[in-house]
Amino acid sequence: MYAQMIKSTGEGVKSLDEMEPQERAFQERINAGGKIEPKDWMPEGYRKNLIRQIGQHAHSEIVGQLPEGNWITRAPTLERKAILLAKVQDEAGHGLYLYCAAETLGVTRDQMTRDLLSGKMKYSSIFNYPTLTWADMGAVGWLVDGAAIMNQVPLQRTSYGPYARAMVRICKEESFHQRQGFDIMMKMANGTEAQRKMAQDALNRFWGPSLMMFGPSDAESVHSAQSMAWKIKMNSNDELRQKFVDQTAPQAEYLGLTIPDETCKFNEETGHYDFAQPDWDEFFDVLRGNGPCNTDRLEARNKAWDDGAWVREGLMAHAAKKRAAKLAAE
Amino acid sequence: MSTQNEWPLWEIFIRGQHGLSHRHVGSLHAADAEMAIKNARDVYTRRNEGVSIWVVEAAQIAASSPEEKGSLYEPSNDKVYRHPTFFDIPDEVGAM
Ligand SMILES: [Fe+2]
Ligand SMILES: [Fe+2]
Ligand SMILES: [Fe+2]
Repeated sequence: MYAQMIKSTGEGVKSLDEMEPQERAFQERINAGGKIEPKDWMPEGYRKNLIRQIGQHAHSEIVGQLPEGNWITRAPTLERKAILLAKVQDEAGHGLYLYCAAETLGVTRDQMTRDLLSGKMKYSSIFNYPTLTWADMGAVGWLVDGAAIMNQVPLQRTSYGPYARAMVRICKEESFHQRQGFDIMMKMANGTEAQRKMAQDALNRFWGPSLMMFGPSDAESVHSAQSMAWKIKMNSNDELRQKFVDQTAPQAEYLGLTIPDETCKFNEETGHYDFAQPDWDEFFDVLRGNGPCNTDRLEARNKAWDDGAWVREGLMAHAAKKRAAKLAAE
Repeated sequence: MSTQNEWPLWEIFIRGQHGLSHRHVGSLHAADAEMAIKNARDVYTRRNEGVSIWVVEAAQIAASSPEEKGSLYEPSNDKVYRHPTFFDIPDEVGAM
């Protein structure tokens, strides 16, 4: 998902009996559906895991602006341009909500930014793919935001209060994103032959990477078991991926487009769509930094940070001067 | 690197259209209050969520601590008579 491959303590889930009273009270509160708030006691692993997960999610929202920002100046109409601009601005907002949620856990925004820029912290693999044509704006909204929604909706019930509240805000805004993408796909799929081909090509390129967004199967993973006990992960990766395919396959059919997977068919017995796993070797390779755009994305973020330094510093100096002048006048 | 000089954190409160009190909606970084209000406009009112914005520097907020839960809130636990449902009013009296 937007947060992929989050590793926890790796020690396996403790039972309530094995816990000290403080930790037991904490776990019992989570089991009962209660929320953990910033000043509450929490196990170190919970805090660390959440910082990694929320941070990775925030970075994904920020880096995710780049592939779409790429088309703002080249949108086919003024209306499409305004819509895309609003969508990309929303993603900046999502990044900010999430950074603030992470900050309540005792990490600073600048620290998280530094860890993104140095490559120490990750963002979703999906944003390391290029957006080659206007149809990609359709495919990204429809598939990438669609997959993000699958994961974010259940996270509104996550155990950490500030994270859950950020998710509520984000989810309210996401369905606009998916719909504007699907709207572009409808236009393209019903347009000229050349447009239809572009739409099909965009689906071909984004299908596999969208399935990868959910991360590899984690049915056996101790990390995931711990995250699920803490309710910072609500569903298994496979469960969400299946839900995504079940929702998306009929939509592709409606568009008259073909999912690039011959095995993708409705299975009467299971009541779900069968589908082939994406290329996991490619996924791990992208995570290692070898995707088509990893270098571009990090360079763009580093450049933005470096070029903005004088503005950040200048505004702080200005604020300090104004504060001093105000004090002197009192 | 300007990390020694990080913009302070501001907590943002917004009053919606319908006359309810200002409500905490989240936080953001800004160099000063004026900029915090402008940023809050962009981050938290993109869809007409509010007609008034308050910004408070996060460092200026004093908060109760979870450990005080008992001593702070217990005194009201045994004062059920503060709730109207404590009193049984006969049906024939009508709505009250
Ligand atoms: Fe988003
Ligand atoms: Fe997104
Ligand atoms: Fe989105």
